[in-house]
Amino acid sequence: MMQFLAPDGTFGVPKEYAQYGELVDALTIEDLTKFYRDMARIRRFDIEAIALQRQGQLGLWVPAIGQEGAQIGSGYGVGPNDHIFPSYREHGVAITHGVELMSILKMMRGVNHGGWNPEETRFHLYAIVLGSQVLHAVGYAMGVKFDGLVGTGDKDKDLAVISYFGDGATAEGDVSESLLFAAINDSPIVFFVQNNQWAISAPVEKQTKVPLYRRGEGFGVSGMRVDGNDVLACYAATKFHMDQARAGHGPYLIEALTYRVGAHTTSDDPTKYRSEEEVEYWKARDPIIRFEKFLRRQGVADDFFEEVKHAGDELAAQIRAETFALPTPPLENIFHNVYSDEHPDIERQKAWLQAYEQQMGGHE
Amino acid sequence: MSSYKDMAIAKALNAGLQKAMQDDEKVLVFGEDVAELGGVFRVTEGLHKEFGEKRVFNSPIAESGIVGTAIGLAMRGYRPVAEIQFDGFVFPAFNQITSQLAKLTYRSEGFMQMPVVIRIPYGGGIGAVEHHSESPEAYFAHTAGLRIISPSNPNDAYWMIQQAIQSPDPVIVFEPKRRYWQKGPVNLDVAPMPMHSARLLREGNQVTLLAYGPMVTTALQAAEIGAEEGVSIEVIDLRSLAPVDYPTIFASVQKTGRLVVAAEAPTNVSISSEIAARVAEHNFYHLEAPVLRVGGFDTPYPPSKLEEAYLPDADRILEAVDRIMAY
Repeated sequence: MMQFLAPDGTFGVPKEYAQYGELVDALTIEDLTKFYRDMARIRRFDIEAIALQRQGQLGLWVPAIGQEGAQIGSGYGVGPNDHIFPSYREHGVAITHGVELMSILKMMRGVNHGGWNPEETRFHLYAIVLGSQVLHAVGYAMGVKFDGLVGTGDKDKDLAVISYFGDGATAEGDVSESLLFAAINDSPIVFFVQNNQWAISAPVEKQTKVPLYRRGEGFGVSGMRVDGNDVLACYAATKFHMDQARAGHGPYLIEALTYRVGAHTTSDDPTKYRSEEEVEYWKARDPIIRFEKFLRRQGVADDFFEEVKHAGDELAAQIRAETFALPTPPLENIFHNVYSDEHPDIERQKAWLQAYEQQMGGHE
Repeated sequence: MSSYKDMAIAKALNAGLQKAMQDDEKVLVFGEDVAELGGVFRVTEGLHKEFGEKRVFNSPIAESGIVGTAIGLAMRGYRPVAEIQFDGFVFPAFNQITSQLAKLTYRSEGFMQMPVVIRIPYGGGIGAVEHHSESPEAYFAHTAGLRIISPSNPNDAYWMIQQAIQSPDPVIVFEPKRRYWQKGPVNLDVAPMPMHSARLLREGNQVTLLAYGPMVTTALQAAEIGAEEGVSIEVIDLRSLAPVDYPTIFASVQKTGRLVVAAEAPTNVSISSEIAARVAEHNFYHLEAPVLRVGGFDTPYPPSKLEEAYLPDADRILEAVDRIMAY
């Protein structure tokens, strides 16, 4: 497993990972503090979103607490032209690519089913049926190759695709088919598996008999395991293999070994299936605490961490206020965009509902 | 002056695909065995040679993968035409079709369009083994976001496949497998009508007989025999299963007062059932009799030695015509 940052915050690049280490060496202190800032920001956001759900303001929340290293690290390893196909827990990856946090809250409140523009953000919509998005990512990557945008050597042109999914999703047939389609087409894609150890209540041992980083081997997709709680290792692994994919040496699979510290969703009760000791073990390996120790050794001072904490509280207050202010969508949204062109059944039912609502005194 | 050419349905689909690929370089054709072989029914014959491996290629035998990658290619700006080899093989792709393809425009609030065409040879009558003779159209017609068509003759085949490819929404084309070799004239210059219109095929004034896909030929035979027996049957080719062209059906039913719907699919919760319900709902005072459905039985598709008794033929349709006339 590739690890640069030990849980105590000490940094070292093992010899066999030297080429990955070079990518970390190239990071400036501004990059490093940006990583920290976003990890802390997304954790604070997550905590606030859980509170909002508990207060009835969101229908559901899907916490990513504990996975910030994997998400922010790999998110920043993705290039400016690349496309990202997430599952539904990639809030951290989302903020590295300019997706508004309110877009995610809107979805979890039930205002829409996503609704951000994937062409603009290059961060595609959340996918709730496990593994379904991975095939879309492979199809997209096939198209990129048909477009001749792989291995041209022109940094402004070349692009690759990354798809995120969890250990649970690896059991889905769509993920196996994705590995196969990507392999036989030499597609410019990286499969990024966040192994957070639990597929709701089932441990990873119930999803796989071989380590997940080896899942692609039989399909012809090589892989590696990184410490998912080491933001720098996740950054380097993603950057290295996205560069490779863009140059025409895809596909590749990265397993980030991490831990879902929180519940699967706010509907879940993890105390029923895992021990407090296990959670404590992983909390001691927390990606943010570890990175803070590292940064302090680099000379980053108290006032930076104070400022980040303060910014987090401001963010929390802001999303709270904005969530409360979210309007209920108009009823006609039920009918919008079912089809791109006009459709007689949709038009008829829309007109009917409008007339009915008018007769009943309007919808509140 | 339009130029015409006689073609079988399979050849007309092939020519339509070829034309669409010539007109728009974003059109891709893929699926199982569609490249060098030209598909098990040769519908894609010659396309690989003309357009090359980048635009016509074989997919692994993985239907979910075929549709899932078609979605990704559409996101990238392509217009994929994916072939599912047989009706009974579509179900591994069911999630990708009904939960992904059908819903992505809605999910993205219109930011994404899904111009994907899925071609499915369907229906029985060819003496095949299990899973090669089914009529699964109702599963898909039930799903919002999909458009579903079924051409019954070469001219429609040639034009409707092109219209499907031009649609910004996903279209499933159910191709009448046992009629693939049926010949007819194709107008190479002018499209007959919009993709979602039904066609009045034969005028009559006592009973409306509605059919689609492979059953249209059978319906015309029944009308011919009916005429000899003194019953005037009006035949409509539905052509589009979702949406259904109700104005055309209602106009006919308001004239005849009687409707028989014929299809190969089991009648339970079918396209035929929906049409029967809608016709009753909107034409109650015009009807002289309840709407009758003629279809496959509510069983799995039987072994092929029994399919002749399972599939509706002209006699089965006329039996229903007799019943509806007796009201």
